[in-house]
Amino acid sequence: MTVRDESALDGNAIGGLLLEVFGTEMTAAVAVCGSCGAAGPMAETVVYLRAPGTVVRCRACAAVLMVVVRRHQQNCVDLLGLAALEPV
Amino acid sequence: MAGTAVRGRLTWQVATVDEVREETASVRTIALSVPDWAGHKAGQHLDVRLTAEDGYTAERSYSIASAPGEPLAITVERLDDGEVSPYLTEELRAGDEIEIRGPIGGYFVWTGDNAATPLLLVAGGSGVVPFRSMLRHRHNLGSEAPIRLLYSARSLPDVIYRRELERADAGVAIIYTLTRQQPPGWTGHAGRLDRRLLTEAAWPAEQDPLIFVCGPTPFVEAVASGLTELGYPARRIKTERFGGAEAP
Repeated sequence: MTVRDESALDGNAIGGLLLEVFGTEMTAAVAVCGSCGAAGPMAETVVYLRAPGTVVRCRACAAVLMVVVRRHQQNCVDLLGLAALEPV
Repeated sequence: MAGTAVRGRLTWQVATVDEVREETASVRTIALSVPDWAGHKAGQHLDVRLTAEDGYTAERSYSIASAPGEPLAITVERLDDGEVSPYLTEELRAGDEIEIRGPIGGYFVWTGDNAATPLLLVAGGSGVVPFRSMLRHRHNLGSEAPIRLLYSARSLPDVIYRRELERADAGVAIIYTLTRQQPPGWTGHAGRLDRRLLTEAAWPAEQDPLIFVCGPTPFVEAVASGLTELGYPARRIKTERFGGAEAP
């Protein structure tokens, strides 16, 4: 399954959020999908900014990799869909 | 730790507007002064945050239009239903202050290190902004990296940085396609950036070009899949998508 939604962006769009969460540059980091095993730069993931929270999906299989919800200046980060995330 | 800025972390800074320059009817370049700007790479972006009187905030990302080492500037296209871009393009004046954070991104960047690798830059509309930074960077470095910029715009008056692109250095080729309206006597390409034009304009796959594609999501999807079908490996294609804009 591929994601074909025109409102979808990519991981470049959350470079600032990722820097905020991880404290380091993460758009070039390699994300490995926990569902299909596809590995690629975070910048090439599919990102929805207008969902409740920020949703990051795998470009190969559309599985949810990561969800970030902000509440009261705190980021709640769910990385359960990622098998690995390696900064370069 | 609340309220303490962690060293090296991303923090919001106040930037002062030095100049707002009209590029096209709907596009402005905003030159900014930031006291603690760490410097940036070609292709990076920054986040802008606007805060309303009632405390409501809106954040957007904008590509940096200036080259590394040059004064900071962003180029912003007005989206009619936008929350942030109408303010930035219509209300903002020299001397005003806005909040920014950055530079951001380490993937969609060109350092200019490898001058032997040909570069293909594919822009849809205001997707040309990070490429202006890359072209200026090439010029400032005295780099001889061969570059082709394939730029899809609605019409000639919609072409951003047109005068600057006309003066491009030797080794840089600018190839336009105008999708909606072509001026009388236009000898360039017309219509959507399709596979035929990619075949004609892109470096041969054997030269293993590094490819950057930037534009609205549907544009980037179409170009990236066209390039993949033509045999360019996905690992050599770097993409950056933005939302809200009309098809270029």
